[in-house]
Amino acid sequence: MVKNIKPDISVNIGNLDLKNPVMVASGTFGYAEEFKGLIDLKKLGAIVTKTITVKPRIGNLPPRTCETPSGMLNSIGLENPGIDVFIEEKLPFLKKLGIPVIVSIAAEDSPEEFSVLVSKLDKMDAVSAIELNISCPNLQKDRLISQDAQATFELVSLVRKLTSKILITKLSPNVTCISDIAMAAEGAGSDALALINTLSGMSIDVHKRIPMLGAWEGGLSGPAIRPIAVKMVWEVYNKIKIPIIGMGGIMDTESALEFIIAGATAVSVGTANFINPKASLEIISGLRQYMADNGILSLSNITGRLKACKD
Amino acid sequence: MEKLQVKVRIISNKKLKDNYWHLEFESRLIARNAVPGQFIEVKVNHGTDPLLRRPISIHNVSKSGVRLLYEVVGRGTQILSEKRPGDLLDIIGPLGNGFEYLRKTAKPDSSQAVLVAGGMGVAPLVFLTEKIKFISPLVLVGARKKEQVLCLREFKALGCKLIIATDDGSLGFKGKVTDLLKEILLKKSPADRPINIYACGPQPMLKAVAQLSCENNIASQLSLERHMACGFGACLGCVVPTRAGYKRVCKDGPVFLGKELIW
Repeated sequence: MVKNIKPDISVNIGNLDLKNPVMVASGTFGYAEEFKGLIDLKKLGAIVTKTITVKPRIGNLPPRTCETPSGMLNSIGLENPGIDVFIEEKLPFLKKLGIPVIVSIAAEDSPEEFSVLVSKLDKMDAVSAIELNISCPNLQKDRLISQDAQATFELVSLVRKLTSKILITKLSPNVTCISDIAMAAEGAGSDALALINTLSGMSIDVHKRIPMLGAWEGGLSGPAIRPIAVKMVWEVYNKIKIPIIGMGGIMDTESALEFIIAGATAVSVGTANFINPKASLEIISGLRQYMADNGILSLSNITGRLKACKD
Repeated sequence: MEKLQVKVRIISNKKLKDNYWHLEFESRLIARNAVPGQFIEVKVNHGTDPLLRRPISIHNVSKSGVRLLYEVVGRGTQILSEKRPGDLLDIIGPLGNGFEYLRKTAKPDSSQAVLVAGGMGVAPLVFLTEKIKFISPLVLVGARKKEQVLCLREFKALGCKLIIATDDGSLGFKGKVTDLLKEILLKKSPADRPINIYACGPQPMLKAVAQLSCENNIASQLSLERHMACGFGACLGCVVPTRAGYKRVCKDGPVFLGKELIW
């Protein structure tokens, strides 16, 4: 074992340098202001904002969340103030933090909305990267863009022409073969992939015989979905070359490491932010500790280095 | 004060009666700065099931302790009831906007405070009574039956006028606590002092209080309860419809004006 090593936990997502691989996932961190005072925001690897649409959205009918075994369902429905208010009122606070800001965006009806959003964000110095949320399960759509390889390819190709900023495509686990979608995004010029978004789910109040959520269905997140997410990261890692940002029920250092060993270059902490706002910072120091304990100099030495069998 | 995530030591955790429990933990900072109507998010276990924190309103404070009154209604509160004095509790708080009330240092208040509590709704109103006892509030406590009437001793000790209502008439006025409120408002003459209503309780009760206060043009503040994922405004899960659109119970509330809510 190497003693007193100073592990390097910095990573690159395309040409974006992150001082550490731990980000906070879209929709679980608002626009960071709510976490002021709870954690030192400047220590995060990056912040991914709540998804923004062209026009403001009031969101779905409450109740919007419901606890499930080791998880939760949500159907927030992309409540957000719209791109213009975001740029004016939310972005300045994020900019001041001095860490990479990744803006998550979605379209309500037409892919053209992505063009409008990307064109606006492309002009913003404060924006380091754009995450294409083509996988939100709460928009009452029959089919998501990320459930169709051709549609994914077309969408990513469309926005790729409009910006040189880092593009991250966020994928849905509600598909038959996630690597088909991943390869389509890569082929169209996505710089990285984020996976997974929530799994479509439902919960019922049997006493009243009504759905627990106002929108009936929602997206399942939390530790309950972690094994699915880890498997999908591993599967996609073996099919593509671009970096993966892994997420799905990361609660602590060990669960973050699962994703990294499965092939994720960076990880996103999501639902854990609601329960333990300090989770992401604990993971950052936990990763350093793990590397020091195991004599690992650089995180890239373990990324995707899953051993074939147990010793 | 700015919210904190801290581990606090449990001073006591005792059954009051039936499924009702009192838990007191040590926190001089929260005890000194919390406002009635604010709440604490409690992590009841170390594991992931149950996953989420439980929001519990602040029932009262002492010099260095914060007291919670809770009802064991599910697994989360069941686990909480098994905590022992000396155990550490992971909490985030104080959270939310509490009741607006006149501080003692302000000029003498000429209005009559009427507190309306339904069932567990007594929890934050005891704390409020403590803060406004110098204006002798009138407290209306309602419950389904005698056994479920809570905190009578606390309200009496604080020297306020107390009227009880039970649905089955087993104690006090027979009927809803809002029927009692209606009678009081009917008897009120224009020459009387203006009334301020503070209420906490189940949704139908709060709706009736809001309607009564709007009909009678009386100011009311209602403390709402909702399932929450985070408790500090990040998830947008606990919203309620208001005249200004959806608002978060955890961050914009839990106390709202009766006139701003849509039922």
